[in-house]
Amino acid sequence: MKEILTPDTVLSDMIDINYSLLQVVSRIGLDLKYSGLKISEACTRSGIDPNTFLLICKVYSSNEYVPSKTDIAHGNISDIIRYLRGSHLYYTGAALSYLEASFDRLIAPCERRRREVIRKFCTDYKEELVKHFAYEEEVVFPYVESILEGSRAGDYSIAQFEEHHGNVEEKLEDMKNIVMKYLPAECDNSGKISVLLSIYHLQDDLRRHTYVENEILVPMVLNLENYGK
Amino acid sequence: MESRKSVVLIIPSEIVARGLKSILEESREFLVEENLYDCSRSGKARLRNIDPDVVVIDPAVLDFHGRKEGRNIIGEVCDSAVVALEGPAVNEDILRQYDGAFSLYDEHSLIIRKIRNAIDSRQVEPGPESGELSAREKEILVCVAQGMLNKEIADKFNLSIYTVISHRKNITRKTGIKTVAGLTVYALLNNLIDTGSVQ
Repeated sequence: MKEILTPDTVLSDMIDINYSLLQVVSRIGLDLKYSGLKISEACTRSGIDPNTFLLICKVYSSNEYVPSKTDIAHGNISDIIRYLRGSHLYYTGAALSYLEASFDRLIAPCERRRREVIRKFCTDYKEELVKHFAYEEEVVFPYVESILEGSRAGDYSIAQFEEHHGNVEEKLEDMKNIVMKYLPAECDNSGKISVLLSIYHLQDDLRRHTYVENEILVPMVLNLENYGK
Repeated sequence: MESRKSVVLIIPSEIVARGLKSILEESREFLVEENLYDCSRSGKARLRNIDPDVVVIDPAVLDFHGRKEGRNIIGEVCDSAVVALEGPAVNEDILRQYDGAFSLYDEHSLIIRKIRNAIDSRQVEPGPESGELSAREKEILVCVAQGMLNKEIADKFNLSIYTVISHRKNITRKTGIKTVAGLTVYALLNNLIDTGSVQ
């Protein structure tokens, strides 16, 4: 898998071998009209740093990938943020709405009051996640951008982000167990499976997203903070 | 002698370790086997061999990430009750995972009592994974679902807070559900509470 993730691979070949990387292509804003070009070329034409794009692709294609210090030193922070923002848009738009809709269909046959309680669990989770993203969009990213522009704002530091970065996974894990084991008999099996598939997909995606934040963005910003001093 | 509970300390301060050893042994209830000073690989191997009734650990020996998992690190090695020393390095969240905790400023009899309770709380554990909640676990689950805090639940049933925590751990282990919101849904779907008691 790894040898395809080089600047000289043609973009469409990479996608053909691992189509889940389409998510990265889309979120970082790489235009598919360049898919016939080498990754290096396609990225440059879309105004994206090829190494950074490949760095994120590696996180998405392997569970074992650990970025080296050089990988991180050569990455472009703006492109990482661009990807993270695209990722947030995908979650808050497509992914969560889809999950919510298929969840609604699944529990539709339940008795009304029960349905409301189960539904509330789902909407509360959604709100929690949205709030978590909002914090990053409103506090963390602008802070990082301010350092990039050389006008470091306020007394915030990326270390605080790490502290703030609470766990968004627990509730999703609970939701998975509830759907799998505890829903009443009137909820049908194919509905459960469709909800479970979207939960697993979201869970996996969120893990990689968090990995990019904690293991790539944070070290990059730490470098920057230290360098600035 | 045999009835004495064996204790292993993981405390970097010689002064604290020796003081504790003397308090514990004075009571004739405990026997301090050894102080491991830290959680190194060899320390863990030693712990596995001794397999004491209780481990008293200063969470400051663990790094920041390790501290949250401190209880599990010991749990992987032996099945002892684990009691934490309160101190500047730990907050309530960290302490909650342990079977008990005490402060260096606690009175000597209180320390003994807290360690004793920690050992007792381990007895709550029901045998094999039945998956089925016990009657007490169901009662506690209902309280959790209604938003009660551990302290309130402990008062209501006249249990130590660590026993409540131990029950809660078992509930989570059996149901696979961690969050209060998730447990509420579980309780509802299993008819342990009715929709009226959920806001």
